[in-house]
Amino acid sequence: MKMQNGFAIIAGLIIFIGMITAPFAVGTMTKEYKQPELKMPVGEKECIESKEFMRTEHMQLLNDWRDWALRDGKRVYTNHAGKEFVISLQNTCMKCHNNKADFCDKCHTDAGVSPYCWDCHIQPEGLK
Amino acid sequence: MKNNRRTFIKLAGIAAAGLAVAPKAMASGSAAPVKTNPEAVHAEHWAMVIDTTKLHTEEEIAELAGICHSIHNVPNIEGKKEVKWLWADEYGHTFPEQENPHLSEEVHHRSFPLLCNHCENPPCVRVCPTKATYKRPDGIVAMDYHRCIGCRYCMAGCPYGSRSFNWGEPRLHMDLAKLNPEFPTRMRGVVEKCNFCVERLAVGKMPACVEASHGAIVFGDLSDPDSDVRKVLREKFTIRRKPTAGTEPSVYYII
Repeated sequence: MKMQNGFAIIAGLIIFIGMITAPFAVGTMTKEYKQPELKMPVGEKECIESKEFMRTEHMQLLNDWRDWALRDGKRVYTNHAGKEFVISLQNTCMKCHNNKADFCDKCHTDAGVSPYCWDCHIQPEGLK
Repeated sequence: MKNNRRTFIKLAGIAAAGLAVAPKAMASGSAAPVKTNPEAVHAEHWAMVIDTTKLHTEEEIAELAGICHSIHNVPNIEGKKEVKWLWADEYGHTFPEQENPHLSEEVHHRSFPLLCNHCENPPCVRVCPTKATYKRPDGIVAMDYHRCIGCRYCMAGCPYGSRSFNWGEPRLHMDLAKLNPEFPTRMRGVVEKCNFCVERLAVGKMPACVEASHGAIVFGDLSDPDSDVRKVLREKFTIRRKPTAGTEPSVYYII
C-alpha cells in the first residue's frame, strides 16, 4: 500500500515528536535540579513542628495561625510534641529565622512564589 | 456463621450504629491545638469611658495619638489621604445631634478624642463583603487585613469616619528606623482603624491610650457590674456619639 504524501507526513510527525519531547531531552542533558540550600538559624535545632511537616505544611499552618490568633483570639499553639508557642509570624517565626534572604526567599524564589507576608509583617533585618 | 439474610441485616445494623458514633470520635481527635494566652485579660464586652473634663486639649490628644500610632506603625500622611486610629475634633463634629445654640463656651471649644467606637451593632461588619471586618465575642470590632480587598464599603457604612484607607504605600510615610518590630506595618489598599489594642489585651496589657491617659480614660468590662467602667458610668453623666444611628457605641464620653 502506498501512502499519499507519505514522506511529508512521516517527516512532520518526527519533527512534531522531537519538538514535544525536547524539554525532557534537554532536561536530561543539562545538570540535575537541586533543592536550594537553606541557612538554618544559629543555635536553634528544632522548629515548632518536624522539618518534614514544616516543609510541606507551613503555608497551611500560617493560614490556621492567622485565623486562630485574629478571629478566635487564641494565641498559644501546642505542637505535636506538646510544647507551646505564641502564635506570631513576626515575633515567633522570625525570631529564630532571623534572616529572610537566606531562609524564606531561597525556596520562594526557587519555586517562583512571592507571598505578600512582608508587605505588612516586618522582616527581622528591618526595612530599608 | 451461616451467611443468610438475617445475619446480613444484623451486621448492617451494627455498621449503621457505628456511623452515629464515628463523627464524634473523629471530631475529638482533630480539635485545634490552640488556647488563649494565660496572661490575657478577658471581658464579655470591652468598653471605654473618656473623661473629657480631664482630657480635652489638642496637645494632650495628639500625645495619645502619637503613642497609638507609633506602636501600631500608622503612617503619618497629611491631607485627604491621612490614616488615623486616634484623633481629635470639636464638639459640633463629635456630637452633631446633641448640639444646641447656647452650649457652654468651654464645652463648645473643647477637643474630643475620637477613635473606633467598637459598636454593638456595627454597620461596617454588616456591609463588609469579605468578612474582613468582624465583631469578636468580646465586643471588639476587629480587622483581618489579610482578607480586606479595599472596597471601602465599611468606610461608607461607618457613621463616625473611624476608618481610613491606605491610598499609597504607607511605609513611604514612616521613619523606618523607628518602627515597632512587634507589630506589622500597614499595607497599600486596605482599610485601617483602631483595634482597641487587641494585641496588648492578648498579653495582659491595657490599651496604649488608656495607659498613657493618666486616668482620663477608663477601660473595662461593660457586662461586669463591679468593673471600673460601670462604676464611672453609674457616677457620671455620659453620652455616646450619634445615638440615632443605632449602632450602640462602646465608647462613652463624660462631658
